[in-house]
Amino acid sequence: MNDMAAPTREERTAKLKGLGCSRKRVEDVRFTQGKGNYVDDVKLPGMLHGDFVRSPYAHARVKSINTEAAMAVPGVLAVLTAKDLEPLSLHWMPTLAGDKQMVLADGKVLFQGQEVAFVVAENRYAAADGIAAVEVEYEELPVLTDPFEALQSDVVLREDLEAGADGAHGPRKHHNHIFLWEEGDEAATNQAIDSAEVVAEEMVYYHRTHPCPLETCGTVASMDKVNGKLTVWGTFQAPHVVRTVASLLSGIEEHNIRVISPDIGGGFGNKVGVYPGYVCAIVASIVTGKPVKWIENRMDNLMATAFARDYWMKGRISATKDGKITGLHCHVTADHGAFDACADPTKFPAGFFHICTGSYDIPVAYVGVDGVYTNKAPGGVAYRCSFRVTEAAYFIERMIEVLAIELGMDAAELRRINFIRKDQFPYQSALGWEYDSGDYHTAWDKALKAVGYDDLRKEQAERVEAFKRGETRKLLGIGLTHFTEIVGAGPVKNCDILGMGMFDSCEIRIHPTGSAIARLGTISQGQGHATTFAQILASEIGIPADSITIEEGDTDTAPYGLGTYGSRSTPVAGAATAMAGRKIRAKAQMIAAYLLEVHDDDVEWDVDRFVVKGAPERFKTMAEIAYAAYNQAIPGVEPGLEAVSYYDPPNMTYPFGAYICVMEIDVDTGQHEIRQFYALDDCGTRINPMVIEGQVHGGLTEALAIAMGQEIAYDEIGNVKTGTFMDFFLPTAWETPNYTTDYTETPSPHHPIGAKGVGESPNVGGVPAFSNAVHDAFRAFGLRQSHMPHDQWRIWKTAQQLGLHG
Amino acid sequence: MTKMHIKLNVNGEPKEVLAEPRELLIHTLREQLNITGPHIGCETTHCGACTVEMNGKSVKSCTVFAAQADGAEITTIEGLGTPDALHVLQQAFREHHGLQCGFCTPGMITRAHRLLQENSNPTEEEVRFGMSGNLCRCTGYQNIVKSILAAAAEMNAIKEAAE
Repeated sequence: MNDMAAPTREERTAKLKGLGCSRKRVEDVRFTQGKGNYVDDVKLPGMLHGDFVRSPYAHARVKSINTEAAMAVPGVLAVLTAKDLEPLSLHWMPTLAGDKQMVLADGKVLFQGQEVAFVVAENRYAAADGIAAVEVEYEELPVLTDPFEALQSDVVLREDLEAGADGAHGPRKHHNHIFLWEEGDEAATNQAIDSAEVVAEEMVYYHRTHPCPLETCGTVASMDKVNGKLTVWGTFQAPHVVRTVASLLSGIEEHNIRVISPDIGGGFGNKVGVYPGYVCAIVASIVTGKPVKWIENRMDNLMATAFARDYWMKGRISATKDGKITGLHCHVTADHGAFDACADPTKFPAGFFHICTGSYDIPVAYVGVDGVYTNKAPGGVAYRCSFRVTEAAYFIERMIEVLAIELGMDAAELRRINFIRKDQFPYQSALGWEYDSGDYHTAWDKALKAVGYDDLRKEQAERVEAFKRGETRKLLGIGLTHFTEIVGAGPVKNCDILGMGMFDSCEIRIHPTGSAIARLGTISQGQGHATTFAQILASEIGIPADSITIEEGDTDTAPYGLGTYGSRSTPVAGAATAMAGRKIRAKAQMIAAYLLEVHDDDVEWDVDRFVVKGAPERFKTMAEIAYAAYNQAIPGVEPGLEAVSYYDPPNMTYPFGAYICVMEIDVDTGQHEIRQFYALDDCGTRINPMVIEGQVHGGLTEALAIAMGQEIAYDEIGNVKTGTFMDFFLPTAWETPNYTTDYTETPSPHHPIGAKGVGESPNVGGVPAFSNAVHDAFRAFGLRQSHMPHDQWRIWKTAQQLGLHG
Repeated sequence: MTKMHIKLNVNGEPKEVLAEPRELLIHTLREQLNITGPHIGCETTHCGACTVEMNGKSVKSCTVFAAQADGAEITTIEGLGTPDALHVLQQAFREHHGLQCGFCTPGMITRAHRLLQENSNPTEEEVRFGMSGNLCRCTGYQNIVKSILAAAAEMNAIKEAAE
């Protein structure tokens, strides 16, 4: 085994395709051939199709539901209403936010598109016919779509809630109020701001939008009455939580429920929650004894499942006259829709919004968030961000810009003088977080240099002069952002979902011939876990990534975990993977020492083997050790080579980045053109640079959509105005620019491999970068704040209001 | 509803189905013929996840009736390469990270295949315009465009070598 032509250390390392390698994705082999297995591809013998009768009204009493004609439609087998679910106590269900939500309309409807009845038929065409034949009599009620109005109105939206009783998060001050959540010292903050030399105030609105993955939500539920087992396939970002919830709701013991998340066609937060379609498909399968499929169509998806944002953020920020920030006050009016179905850790009804001090050393701050019911769809999910972090980043990055205007300062310089310094980490923020690590100044200087910031400002000033002279009709905007995220939820001591601590897990089995399988509690929705988690493991245990299978999403086989959202897979499950790998290595060390006939302490790890200290020619590779683990009796060591780790993170991770968008704006048409977009991300240790870059491109494009055109808009009677792709903006290849990516690398000090998570950074940092570019273009003409999305009409209107149309 | 007898050729194989006049081609392909590569993303012709080739043109099979495809030659992602011999486009998408969740990918590659038949040497701008009927939520298109340009170059090199 110790031949002379042995591969070098570098060759052995390269063969692993471990950390830092732009390994090609293993998933792509099947996806490029059309051989993915998404939920709508699941086809079972005798499978039925279910779909919903939905409310056309935003607020109405349901006076009667007549299903007779529907039941007479050929192929229709059942029509479920709230009355049918009530005996099972399933006509309502708990939300992730401590509220409850109707599964099917119980006496009234509270938003357009709400689920009223569930038609089960032999195929989707018969189901559609059945839906058309269900007769529902409604009595319209006054509609509230504005959260400020809702807090003043006599109209009671949630008649099911006891008047005056506390909600899940404390007292409710009005019948349409959900909670007030506060963090920080308000008195001290007010004092700091009131006594400051300079104060800037602004209302920053982050509009309602939708994650809108290309695959909608769906499920196939199959109750096998012979063995009492329920199997549920679905687009679940958290399959284990779904199993527990399904057990608690249905009374079926958890070991008799198997939840499978097959390939998922994008999630972005849309697929975290539990939706009425899942419950109804399960009930329908129990009732009919046949598998039942429910696949949402696009309109249903945009109207009913999981919107995001809709935060009205009133800010006050103060500074000395030379620009040192002295205080930040924020009050949010949060429109949660008809039910509080936010997907946040239980103790955080406004998520991690209190990361809103951003990248800055702000001595004192206060945040108050009032949650409000309206006649809009429930949700408030984290659309490609950790819980409410993108709202927080947008808020602080707009406030910095407004403060820069107030101070008459350059916004890049204002940021620089307020950044938390490298030597201040770990940094305690005024709102209670401990930032684990960062080096903001280095990233910022690199970014400004890369785009030639000083020259851009000169060009911009010249452009303004040329515009004033009538020589051009185009303005130049330079959109700056330095964001800090908080991801990787989270420590079990304060993070849970429905009582389940937010740890995650990995279980590894090494096979006798030296290949392996690892199963995790997370589930990929396109992130490439099968590729990247194998890389983490390859570097830990010395088995090539190509010889490691990664499996997720089947609750019968994978260890319990809280799933994939909030950029938690790498920070939490990735850590579990490394820790489980280290357990494998610890046992392997004992086996190697036995085989080499030395003491355990006399061998050391070297890439893919244990070597005898001081005698590198004497070694056992991991493959040799694996074989021995199964075929040799080793005194004091159990046979086999397996390990499991449940990882409870000691802290969140804090990825950060510096983004700069250079945008041309045509004042007369409102059209914009992105001339350059530079994105520097620091996500700590980089596992697969190719995958990181891909995630940044994708997240920036979602940010482009949100900032420049995408919204879920309602009219005054609660009609959804943006329910199809005709109205809901998704950029195509034509509108999307090329991006330049860059990085710095500041490892997380508490994560086993120093990784922080990156998938959501570009959405969190991208939105303010695009929006700030629009604002910056008009700064010379007096614009302080205009609301997103900055579509052509709104930009044109801004130009008009500023008197630029002559 | 009376069903129609429809004959079509899918990926070189003759097929016969009975379908209601209102049945959409995407449902015929996915549910009757078990060709599940093309996906359904919107049902309104916007997203392109259901893109197939019909008689030499890219169509969105969610807004084509099966009856309209009677007698047609259909090519789906399943007809482009085999597991042992992937199509150049399939390899290029993997090589250049032109996909993430994979849901848009079959439609994307099928459309790119037709685009390169129509224009074997496109500019980046022509690729972006020619692919604008296919939405992707994950990649931001940059690597899709890169994949298609790389595939075009390789296909042209193969053609030249053969000539």
